[in-house]
Amino acid sequence: MDTVVLVKQVPDTATRIKVGPDGRDIERTGVTMVLNPYDEFAVEEALRLREAHGGTVTLLTMGDARAEEVLRTGLAMGADEAVRLDGASADPLQTAHALAGHLKTMPFDLILCGKQAVDDDNAQMGALIAEILDLPQATVVVALKVDPAGKSGEATREIEGGQARVRFSLPAVVTAQKGLNDPRYPSLPGIMKAKRKEIAVHPADLSGPVGTSTISLEPPAPRSRGTVITEPDPAMAAHELARLLHEQAKVI
Amino acid sequence: MILVVLEGGKTLKNISLELIAAARGLGGPVTALCIGPDAKALAAEAAGAGADSALFVTAPEVAAYAPRAYARAVAASTAKTGAKVILLGATSTGRDLAPRLSARLGAGLASDVVEIRLDEGHLVAKRPVYAGKAFLTVRVETPVAIATIRPNAFPRAGRGPAASAEECAVDFEPRDTDGAITSIEMGDAGKVELTEADIVVSGGRGLKGPENFHLVEELAAALGGAVGASRAVVDAGWRPHPEQVGQTGKTVSPTLYIACGISGAVQHMAGMSSSKIIVAINKDPDAPIFSVADYGVVGDALEIIPPLVKEVAALRG
Repeated sequence: MDTVVLVKQVPDTATRIKVGPDGRDIERTGVTMVLNPYDEFAVEEALRLREAHGGTVTLLTMGDARAEEVLRTGLAMGADEAVRLDGASADPLQTAHALAGHLKTMPFDLILCGKQAVDDDNAQMGALIAEILDLPQATVVVALKVDPAGKSGEATREIEGGQARVRFSLPAVVTAQKGLNDPRYPSLPGIMKAKRKEIAVHPADLSGPVGTSTISLEPPAPRSRGTVITEPDPAMAAHELARLLHEQAKVI
Repeated sequence: MILVVLEGGKTLKNISLELIAAARGLGGPVTALCIGPDAKALAAEAAGAGADSALFVTAPEVAAYAPRAYARAVAASTAKTGAKVILLGATSTGRDLAPRLSARLGAGLASDVVEIRLDEGHLVAKRPVYAGKAFLTVRVETPVAIATIRPNAFPRAGRGPAASAEECAVDFEPRDTDGAITSIEMGDAGKVELTEADIVVSGGRGLKGPENFHLVEELAAALGGAVGASRAVVDAGWRPHPEQVGQTGKTVSPTLYIACGISGAVQHMAGMSSSKIIVAINKDPDAPIFSVADYGVVGDALEIIPPLVKEVAALRG
């Protein structure tokens, strides 16, 4: 059971986002970068599959040298190998072709990644790669079972108001949703080992189609502090709030 | 020609009416596509709700949602109509299907958009990134453009009497159903879906314990809204993850968002700050949530919610 986990380095979710001077990207100076939280679930799931079925876990990312930090995080969690494609693209389609191009050179039974990266929120990568590699997909997965001998898998996907079960053949692409597992913390020996591990670096092939280009990045429209009710009696405060929502905001 | 890929059960979902209105806003003409066992009736309904024409696919291969079969059906309809823009809902199905279609057609995809326009033939879309901490405007560079539109972000087309719809023939392949849904388990039937709700009532640590969350549920029920939760209470196991609002949960844009006992962490506010009216109920007058609230009540949510439920019930009769 060989699994490739696609990982991405993103700003920590506690980051206050500021638009950078070029008006197209965020201000990255001083921003804490982390392994995309949904990719952590993907790494953890791959490790559990290895524990259950044997095989290997290989991490794959695209980015500059700094992105190797998240590969080290995944290696410290227990992944066997890590590969970085050197390059950058803000477009999902172009990125997917670069990643898929390299995936074609690797043996795998399963590709895992987070259901979305919490920076660009595109939620496209898993399904893009599944289509490019002509594989089945299961996205936004909260439970996964695979049968490496039978070359098949079963997953539970989160959908609006419920869950859907899907069945697919292997190899396949699965994207992880929160709830799939509780990711382990890297162990101290794991961290030491990860530091010494050699990361394979290849140039990213960015010759694929460009789907979208960035025009601008803007902060959200500012919201001003509104009416604050400081009435100490709960019943009176509730009455005043209901009145304002009914008469002024007209939402009740 | 704009192709809108619609969803529905017995009738079209609200997002489908929003897709028709969004496509009309681009200038049309609009072809509606419905896929699945009920597609014929849904397509007829779409034709009555402002689509210029309507297609349906009801083949056995699409009896249940299957990413490849659906992608093939949309690709066939795109070829048939010569559509240059394809719009889907940013729903479970739309978000699963759209990237598959993007790779299949070599068409750029803008996800989860809140504004769209055409600029010299290119689709230009504005979309929240960092869960709404910023908005990115992108231009789709390919001859065919795809976008998924966020529920509640566009007006809805009006429903009208059903009109005629045409079947779209699709040549499926056996592996198209590899990855199909085999069964669906829905939560409470009466529950309002969080991302589609007009009103959301969320609870946080200020509720002091899971045993008090029924207050949030009662307020949501009185308002006909959905229940949400902060990451803190989901991580503490008080509430299930599907209810989490914020950067590692759902992003919501309801007409009314009521935050009960939620202080307003950056990652939470990212998920709800595009709501039209925000109400905060919190004991701490310095809580960050008040900085984005249109209406705030400084007080204990446990004491404010019960009389508020009564007030709401009285107003809604």
